[in-house]
Amino acid sequence: MQTDRALILGLIEACHDAITIHADDLCELDRAIGDGDHGTNMRRGCEAVYLDRERLCCLALPQAIELIGVALVMSVGGAAGPLYGTLLIELGRRLSILENEGDFALIFGEAIEAVARRGRAGAGDKTLLDVLYPIQAEIMRRSTLINIAKRAVLSAELTADMKAMRGRASFLGDRSVGHIDPGASSCAHLTTAICRYLEEYRPA
Amino acid sequence: MKGKFTNVGIVIVSHSPLVAKGTADMVRQMVGDRVPLSWCGGNPEGGLGTNAAGILAAIEAAWSDHGVAVFVDLGGAETNSEMAIEMLGEPRSRLVAICNSPLVEGAVIAAAEASGGAPLAKVVATAEELSPS
Ligand SMILES: [Mg+2]
Repeated sequence: MQTDRALILGLIEACHDAITIHADDLCELDRAIGDGDHGTNMRRGCEAVYLDRERLCCLALPQAIELIGVALVMSVGGAAGPLYGTLLIELGRRLSILENEGDFALIFGEAIEAVARRGRAGAGDKTLLDVLYPIQAEIMRRSTLINIAKRAVLSAELTADMKAMRGRASFLGDRSVGHIDPGASSCAHLTTAICRYLEEYRPA
Repeated sequence: MKGKFTNVGIVIVSHSPLVAKGTADMVRQMVGDRVPLSWCGGNPEGGLGTNAAGILAAIEAAWSDHGVAVFVDLGGAETNSEMAIEMLGEPRSRLVAICNSPLVEGAVIAAAEASGGAPLAKVVATAEELSPS
């Protein structure tokens, strides 16, 4: 069993790399239906977490997740900062209360509900929730990491068919249809990076 | 600093530093230094955007034990302001309200109300009367 230290460092690096690689694409998606800053904002957040990695990796995993959430709130901005921040803060807090006894799928579901409340959004509104809910469903049915990642990518693509109901993209009404939601896209990239990391480094 | 002011404080949050500062200037012209006032505009690099850490600092700077009314422009400004308020922690977070009103008009009329010593609920209600419901 690897220590939390290696796991935390690995996850931080995997997410940081995924956002660095895709930052320009995320800005491009956001330019089409928003203000064009999603990639820049996410990169700023991942950079802040990455620079703090030596402190974060000394913590227990749940506490590290919560503090990464706080760091994202304080650095990302836009709607993404509070949404990703809420997801991780709620997830970390719940995991630390339950330690290893709780059912991760249920805890993850509760954290997603907190994100929905924060964004006053639901399924089908063309937000990162349209990736989070399907991921949660996959975890619930104990899918493999590869299938979870595939579902995340597919779910992000499906947001192209949706009309934006929240955020700046909603100002475009029907014209938001035909474009992938940038938040859903970053969520899919992060999920893929996390799943790939866990797949490679899963304890024997 | 705490308890120094007896009037409700005003915080302006915009995606644009120019809009936030300009709105604060208009408020200041109206009420001088009778109301604690602060603003946060843009992302941490000074570009367009929002910044929860900056909003938190602005709320601290305009702190009044009688409450703080926060004025926001677009969605991200509201969501980040909500996060900043939560990060203040209880019980102070209960003394801060985000007003559902137009940014400039809301802040100016709220400040005028606050400068007369109105409580937070009255300051917020006066600004929100401007809102198309
Ligand atoms: Mg944006």
